[in-house]
Amino acid sequence: MKIEFGGGLEQLFDNKQTLELHFDEPEVTIQTVIEKLAQICNELRSNVCLFLQDGLVRPGILVLINDADWELLDKEDTVVEDKDTILFNSTLHGG
Amino acid sequence: MKPVCENCFKNDAALKRPRNGMKVCKECFFMLFETEIHQTIVDNQLFARNETVAIGASGGKDSTVLASVLKTLNARYDYGVNFVLLSIDEGIKGYRDDSLETVKRNQVQYDMPLEILSYDKLYGWTMDKIVAQIGKKNNCTYCGVFRRQALDRGCVQNSIGHVVTGHNADDVAETVLMNLMRGDIQRLDRCCDIVTGDSSSRVKRSKPLMYCYEKEIVLYAHYKNLDYFSTECTYSPEAFRGTARALIKNLEAVRPSAILDVIHSGKQFQLSKKSKARQVRAVQCSQCSYISSNTVCKACVLLNGLNASEPKLRLTEDEGGAALPVRVLEKLQF
Ligand SMILES: [Zn+2]
Ligand SMILES: [Zn+2]
Repeated sequence: MKIEFGGGLEQLFDNKQTLELHFDEPEVTIQTVIEKLAQICNELRSNVCLFLQDGLVRPGILVLINDADWELLDKEDTVVEDKDTILFNSTLHGG
Repeated sequence: MKPVCENCFKNDAALKRPRNGMKVCKECFFMLFETEIHQTIVDNQLFARNETVAIGASGGKDSTVLASVLKTLNARYDYGVNFVLLSIDEGIKGYRDDSLETVKRNQVQYDMPLEILSYDKLYGWTMDKIVAQIGKKNNCTYCGVFRRQALDRGCVQNSIGHVVTGHNADDVAETVLMNLMRGDIQRLDRCCDIVTGDSSSRVKRSKPLMYCYEKEIVLYAHYKNLDYFSTECTYSPEAFRGTARALIKNLEAVRPSAILDVIHSGKQFQLSKKSKARQVRAVQCSQCSYISSNTVCKACVLLNGLNASEPKLRLTEDEGGAALPVRVLEKLQF
């Protein structure tokens, strides 16, 4: 599964614009992906609070699944599989 | 499965619009987004034919989208406006270096002339130097005050009477809440005006994107593949503004229309006769002659403070560069 970062979020992930994630299950919810990313964030000693708030993606971070707004789908509960691309794009930066 | 676009009923929807929950495809989104900005421009008669208008360009998402959309609309609706990119170099190492490169590419991409104004040249202080002097606590106040005047000064220097900025709906809603929570009634009265600066100021300011959601601005830039710079300023924003921002974003998550609703409420505030009578009339700053609500403008007050406390810095800072003897000579003149 391809994870992309934008809007400065890459700074939390060792300045990597993209990450490859693989799960044992063929399908997982986005929330599972988010928890995995939070774990990576912690391992890198990045400030996970810039990504998560109360266990959910921080308001102001846009999530696009295969380039579509996750608000069209089921947000955290959207089921994704290995071929999908997920973009986390923060709007919380200067204009 | 992706839902179908509720505007053309043909393509897959790409996003849900925060203002009304409408699901739209990319093409319909571009058209709706651009047309709404055009409507804002027409309704408020923002531009005049043959007018030269500066776009306050930071290389960030808002001003990049603003420049791109204005270029599109200027061609589509034949506004007959000459747009110029105006950039401020605050002198923050590693922040503006990259964003100024972005603005330089934008100059080519949008085929608009570019003018860069540095704090160093305008005020004799870079933001890095200011932070070294005063610390990181109130630096956003300095940066904001200086930036506001820098755009005005840049316009006057280039004989431009109008500057547009990329302030979006989230920014305006945040400002309404901040003014409300601070009890700053005078600012509350003005902060939702799309055009500011009256006949006495030399430069008119307007915010064509003030009804555009930040979410849509970011998605417009993303889907259009616009070239913008998105690293947060290394001197993080003041805590109060950050808290107001988080509040706005949390409200939006629960009720997306809240952002435009806050602006709508802000516009309805009317100063009482008593408050209006107390309103300070704009005058010219006695030091720099720029428009101000006091005899000495905020920028000059801050500058006076910085310059007065500078000798203290000299004692603590290990500075041996060529600038030192020059400064010592400057001080002797007092
Ligand atoms: Zn459509
Ligand atoms: Zn002044």
